[in-house]
Amino acid sequence: MTLNLFLQHLSNGISLGSLYALIAIGYTMVYGILRLINFAHGDIFMMATYFAFFGVIIFAIPWYISFPLVLILTALLGILVEASAYRPLRDAPKISILISAIGVSFLLENLATVLFGGVPKPFPTPEIFTSMVKIGTVSIQKLTFYIPVITIVFLFSLFYLIYRTKTGMAMRAVSRDHETAKVMGINVNLIISLTFGIGSALAAVGGLMWGMKFPQIAPLMGIIPGLKCFIAAVIGGIGNIYGAVIGGFILGIGEIMIVAFLPDLTGYRDAFAFILLIVILLYKPTGIMGEKIAEKV
Amino acid sequence: MKRTVFLIAASLLLLSLAVFTCFAGTNEVIKIGVFEPMTGANAGGGQLEVDGIILANKLYPTVLGKKVELVIADNKSDKVEAATAAARLVEKDKVTAIIGSWGSSLSMAAGDIVKKGKVPTVGASCTNPLVTQGNEFYFRVCFIDPFQGTVMANYAFSKLKAKKAAIIQEVSNDYAVGLAKFFGDSFKKLTKNPKSIVAISNYNTGDQDFSAQLTNVMSKNPDVIFAPGNFTESALVISQARKLGIKCPIIGGDTWETQHFLDIGKSDVEGAVFSTFFATEKPITKESQKFLTAYREANKGNDPAAVTALGYDAYILILDAIKRAGSTDRVKIREQLAKTKDFPGAAGFITLDENRNAVKNAVIKQVKNGKFVYLDTIQPK
Repeated sequence: MTLNLFLQHLSNGISLGSLYALIAIGYTMVYGILRLINFAHGDIFMMATYFAFFGVIIFAIPWYISFPLVLILTALLGILVEASAYRPLRDAPKISILISAIGVSFLLENLATVLFGGVPKPFPTPEIFTSMVKIGTVSIQKLTFYIPVITIVFLFSLFYLIYRTKTGMAMRAVSRDHETAKVMGINVNLIISLTFGIGSALAAVGGLMWGMKFPQIAPLMGIIPGLKCFIAAVIGGIGNIYGAVIGGFILGIGEIMIVAFLPDLTGYRDAFAFILLIVILLYKPTGIMGEKIAEKV
Repeated sequence: MKRTVFLIAASLLLLSLAVFTCFAGTNEVIKIGVFEPMTGANAGGGQLEVDGIILANKLYPTVLGKKVELVIADNKSDKVEAATAAARLVEKDKVTAIIGSWGSSLSMAAGDIVKKGKVPTVGASCTNPLVTQGNEFYFRVCFIDPFQGTVMANYAFSKLKAKKAAIIQEVSNDYAVGLAKFFGDSFKKLTKNPKSIVAISNYNTGDQDFSAQLTNVMSKNPDVIFAPGNFTESALVISQARKLGIKCPIIGGDTWETQHFLDIGKSDVEGAVFSTFFATEKPITKESQKFLTAYREANKGNDPAAVTALGYDAYILILDAIKRAGSTDRVKIREQLAKTKDFPGAAGFITLDENRNAVKNAVIKQVKNGKFVYLDTIQPK
């Protein structure tokens, strides 16, 4: 394999990995605060792409207005999901909320099929994101540069929010203990709604980037990215935001390199992600960056 | 006490329902099952065929003096769901005949069920030879992939002057794998070079990132890429290939002819060439004219896709067989179907060979200015 070819593969891998990272952050954030694996995350991601489709293609709103609108709408959807499906179960065993999350996931998938139809739709791709840059013989889509930048910007804003603001302090307190936080005068419901709003907005950012990179959307498109990013979050150590980013890159680059070096195994690309999950769960269940936290409840 | 009363009432209700549906089933309607993907990855293709079937049903609503009712079963673009949907049509709806499905894998999933249930089934555009092989009840109104693969290999070799070809196939799709194999075999024969297929790369249904496969293919520098597969994945493959800087022609099969292929691929699919069944520029029979006029009237002057014409043909062929059989006996209908010769369909004359496949011309089309344009007609040998 020539150096150029390798660099092309590497750039493909980084591009895919940073997408995974972006979505995995949303997963891990909700888990970090609520200890809930939000299985509907992939479907919220899917809904975001449809919001963008309606905004840009159906209502012809320019992308720089509709994309922020998509973030707001998706955040509201996340808050709605939390208020209707998770809040009533706040005091129920964790497993009930998990099942409720799976229910929400099916609900959103089928709702989207009924509302938008099962036929895949094209996704709007503004030229400034999708045009190509050539460096030597390696050609890279501009989006490939934007995605890691966007991932890092969101990563640091999140850190700022969680560790430098009052709201963040409240989030951390809620993640430790709901009851005590409530006694201390923290509005727990508000904080959790906010967490879901932010997590869903991150899913929306991931959805927009995903849609521009792979410009077709369908009601079931959230399942595989949802699972893969869950795996990325687990590899990195679920609940840890750095870990999600690292896990995303490992998964993305790994998947591309499997195809690059072992072309015969191309069909097993998805299997690679799941094998990685099994190996991690067997040998380092807390993930690469995860600390050991004694499970409460 | 209350409970027993309730139970009796409930069972009576159920019983009456069962009796009622039984009568409804045997009364004055003839049910034809439509077994197509209405949701999922293949929904775009399924919808095109269903459009043709519904149009045919509007133009020919009765046979033997009875009303024909379409029962649409969604196979959800999924092999497991396909078996369930077919079983539902055979066992629950007790249809007289079945049309479908877009997608050879989905059709094959129904094969055993229609064979056991002895329901004559007519595929519209499923081209893999295995669909009808060894299954006396499965017919189709289209040509099969050994022919289609040869047509495209010939096109690549003589028109594009290609010496080296690469294949990118949807490996979980029987149609794509079959077609790729037939293309490869005949391309090797034409170039007289067993190494003329320089790369075979795979992807799975539903994949969205093909950059690694394409980078591998690019390093082999092929003159042409043959990329049979579902239209959505294929459009993404082509679009990503162009973005990586692959400039060689990319060619494929009949599944590409959907509006979604153009919508998703946009300017990247310009120049893509593929084989298909029928071109509106070349109406063949009287039925073609009737079909085109009716379709254009119903669709604001737009032209139909080839598979829409095939869906239409599958319906009128079944109706004709029922008429010839003079009854709704499924086995008799099957016998009449097998005798089909020079039947004038919208997409050309249909003659079924001993393997229940239609022997027909292939048409080559190209994407030009965001539209499918007719290039050439190829006769079967």
